[in-house]
Amino acid sequence: MKLLFERSQSGRYQSLLPDCDVPAFEFDSSLLRAAPPRLPEIAEVDLDRHYTELSHETYGVNTGFYPLGSCTMKYNPRVNEAMAALPGFTELHPLQPEETVQGALEVLYDTGKLLSAITGMDEMTLQPAAGAHGEYTGLLLIRRYHQSRGELGQRTKILVPDSAHGTNPASAVMAGFTVVSVPSNPQGGVDLDALRKAAGPDTAGLMLTNPNTLGLFDPNILEITRIVHEAGGLCYYDGANLNAIMGHARPGDMGFDCVHVNLHKTFSTPHGGGGPGSGPVGCKAFLAEFLPAPQVEKRPDGSFGFFTPARSLGKVRSFQGNFLVVVRALSYILTLGREGLTEASATAVLNANYMMHRLGKAYTIAYPGVCMHEFVMDLTDLKDKTGVNAMDVAKRLLDFGIHPPTMYFPLIVHEALMLEPTETESRETLDAACDALLEIWQEAQGQAEMLHTAPHTKTIGRPDEVTAARNPVLRYAFEEN
Amino acid sequence: MYNIPEELKYAKSHEWVKDEGGLFVVGLTDFAQQELGDIVFVNLPAEGDEVVAGETFADVESVKAVADVFSPVTGVVAEINEELLDNPALVNEAPYDAWLIKVSDVTDTEELLDAAAYEAHCAAEKE
Amino acid sequence: MGSYLPSTGEERRQMLEALGMQTLDDLYAAVPPEVRIHGLDLPEGLSELEVTRRVTELSERNTVFRSVFRGAGAYRHFIPAIVKTITSKEEFLTAYTPYQAEISQGVLQSIFEYQTQICELTGMEVSNASVYDGAVAAAEGVLMNVDGRKRKSVVVSGAADPQILSVIGTYCESRNVPLTVVPSKDHATDLEALQAAIGADTASVYVQSPNFFGILEDVDAVVAAAHAQGAKVVLGVDPISLGILKTPGEYGVDVAVGEGQSLGLSLGFGGPYLGFMASTKELMRKLPGRIVGQTVDAEGRRCFVLTLQAREQHIRREKASSNICSNEALCAMTASVYLAAMGPKGLKTAAESSAAKAHYLARELSRIPGFRLLSEKPFFQEFLMSCPTDPKGLEQYLASQGILGGLCTEEGILWCATEMNSKAEIDRLVSLVEAYAKEAK
Repeated sequence: MKLLFERSQSGRYQSLLPDCDVPAFEFDSSLLRAAPPRLPEIAEVDLDRHYTELSHETYGVNTGFYPLGSCTMKYNPRVNEAMAALPGFTELHPLQPEETVQGALEVLYDTGKLLSAITGMDEMTLQPAAGAHGEYTGLLLIRRYHQSRGELGQRTKILVPDSAHGTNPASAVMAGFTVVSVPSNPQGGVDLDALRKAAGPDTAGLMLTNPNTLGLFDPNILEITRIVHEAGGLCYYDGANLNAIMGHARPGDMGFDCVHVNLHKTFSTPHGGGGPGSGPVGCKAFLAEFLPAPQVEKRPDGSFGFFTPARSLGKVRSFQGNFLVVVRALSYILTLGREGLTEASATAVLNANYMMHRLGKAYTIAYPGVCMHEFVMDLTDLKDKTGVNAMDVAKRLLDFGIHPPTMYFPLIVHEALMLEPTETESRETLDAACDALLEIWQEAQGQAEMLHTAPHTKTIGRPDEVTAARNPVLRYAFEEN
Repeated sequence: MYNIPEELKYAKSHEWVKDEGGLFVVGLTDFAQQELGDIVFVNLPAEGDEVVAGETFADVESVKAVADVFSPVTGVVAEINEELLDNPALVNEAPYDAWLIKVSDVTDTEELLDAAAYEAHCAAEKE
Repeated sequence: MGSYLPSTGEERRQMLEALGMQTLDDLYAAVPPEVRIHGLDLPEGLSELEVTRRVTELSERNTVFRSVFRGAGAYRHFIPAIVKTITSKEEFLTAYTPYQAEISQGVLQSIFEYQTQICELTGMEVSNASVYDGAVAAAEGVLMNVDGRKRKSVVVSGAADPQILSVIGTYCESRNVPLTVVPSKDHATDLEALQAAIGADTASVYVQSPNFFGILEDVDAVVAAAHAQGAKVVLGVDPISLGILKTPGEYGVDVAVGEGQSLGLSLGFGGPYLGFMASTKELMRKLPGRIVGQTVDAEGRRCFVLTLQAREQHIRREKASSNICSNEALCAMTASVYLAAMGPKGLKTAAESSAAKAHYLARELSRIPGFRLLSEKPFFQEFLMSCPTDPKGLEQYLASQGILGGLCTEEGILWCATEMNSKAEIDRLVSLVEAYAKEAK
């Protein structure tokens, strides 16, 4: 496919702006750039076709099944897009006087209240722009808490299970802590003995997701949070896997003090090719004074307004967060409501178990037994017997028109493939995916070489990532072309 | 299977060491580079930095992973192999020529293995 | 109640049977009874019609101003219609991060194009694929040069946007990076004080141009002062202004950051926005976030792939310099489409018109007694003016006339004009301000 710059023709121009109707202003020549930027010069029709071509080389949820474990690629309802496009939202300047944005403030307030109810928290900030950003914000709440009690100097460690997503330890370091990795037990849960040994007067807190990255609900969750609390630490809930338990359990009841949720996972806002997402952070009342500013309150007269929490940690982003993403999530929550959210979670878990049950006939399930919304297959055995590894299976799935599952995560399982079907898939879709994976398993028994070089039916084969990293070419080079 | 030159000493963490008259030369073994796969970048310390036996002093990136490199000796970095910054593939192609750092003022070393002991160690790890 | 579940009750029953279970409840046997709940304290779900009505009603309780003369970090610039058409394509909207290159060439190529355009705009050599917004870009920008050994502190200009200063403060504080904010002088960076604050342990110096007051800073002096001490310069810039103004690359800075909202993103009450980051080649491996590179497949076909991933959290974990995972990908594509639609000529027009309108507004407002520019220094599209009457009262009056006036600050009003403000609008604003000021006497 041609790049925009390769379609560019000098002199092509779209008539988008009128001539200036006020006198021109001349900057001093010392302030001007020497040459114009080499942006594409392209007619609208060619620009349109360019992106149509790119869209044909993009796999969206609208294209097909997307069983990426840990990503919750559920359907993105179109009504949410329509709501987020309303001019009464899109045209609002973030610094408009409060009386002129009462509807927008209510969106933030209501969404905060709904998310609090779903997670069992007391207050919510919608400022963080992504899950990792939310993790950082939640850890800052923990940091401020210990600081307020004069214990920050002593409480320097955050406990993180070895099965955790990479953002967890990275966020902990950004928040000024060091990371202590807590091993998992043979059942895939947190090793309680190891946790008891690790928790102590230097513990600031624990970061945990439940169900965990193996798709398992840790039955010892109350003991886990008790251990950390007894040591004087706080418990942070990574809400990436919330889709398994809405309406069936709440992190606030499990002993967690603060949480983040991913609107672009659990709450159906679209992934956009990598963003924008939104990672609201909720907390129990005792942490609310540290939340980022501004927060939204409802005043006695019923109007809404911003305020700065008493000991606010400041800001983690400009303005109030990814507002238009919040609009989408609000529409979704209002649509599903009490019954719908509960049913969505249960169906997500059902779909995962259904697939696991079918695939378990050939593949090794890393942790057999009832799973939650996702499960992990361990292909070490397949690799040892046939040479076909998780990467090969994943790439071959592309030839069947299905997006591969998450590969090589979590790190504690070798040759891992993690599948999360979500609730918005029909039985036929699940069956077709299982059929494809079972067929690939058969192919592995005799056609390993074909699998090593998969995919075969896409416009490109496996890219040379080694050269891309050794000799990075990160922009178009006008001089060479 | 693995090239293990007789004249070098080895750390259990798969670094080789050569004593060049008080200046200790450190690199990654053939076993290490095979395990790591194609190396795309080497993050070296700076000259003058202190290194401590048994602690990490550098890391090595492949496309999908990062691996720590541990110092077999305690001392001061006298020289770094700048060639590796532009051509990290050298570690894969010629691990015993592609030294990472040269250390001076060495005051302590890790428990080092000779070639035979290291070969046994590698075999044991692979089981 | 709306539901997006394709499966019917009957299908679910059959699937449960295949698993040897009776009810959906059986799936949650592992959840301890003390923690188990059976439903949420939420209102009942709504049909699509009801949700549409409800949310639309919320949107109608907001005022959409016909004329906007406020900036301060978020700007109303023209958005060509093609931008929304393209970025609404379902594939771009709903795709995941392009980790599987073979089916993501569309997204990967668009990011490569975006990176190239940001390099062209800023005059820098390498760009990443975006961070959350301009404030986080500034924070990540100053921190990427902190090396944990010799270079450990950061110096920033107090003339920058207060929100950006706040976010830099948050990020530095949690990492125990000493931060010095040099108070502004005459609505610009106090160069003497800045120079004095920079030392041998300074990793980064952050200055914003145009600054919060709209004024163009003496970037040459900042670069000289910083580089003399071996510190890196992180320059915050306005992307539209770069259609005509001297680029960070030409100034010789090390990192260029900024808010990309002006590049085709609606104001959206604050987000989602777009943080762009570009650097010299030397600093390429220190940039946080995703980066796309060009390569070939086994058949020699050109293709694109996420590269230099070993910097990122999913590989480095606690050793990563940033935890960023999801970024603002679709917003970056939006900027890319905008820049392609506008082209160099269109962007130049947008920049020149914005500057022209702002200077015309400033001149016309200056005719009103008591309204004078608080600085003589050159500005781009925003300027600070004294206000002889009650600024809040003026704001309310203008609002009643369908105009969002400049931002009230302690010293005066920060006015903004862009190519979106016609001469007629500006003239109307000026006469209304004049009338109000007269009445208020």
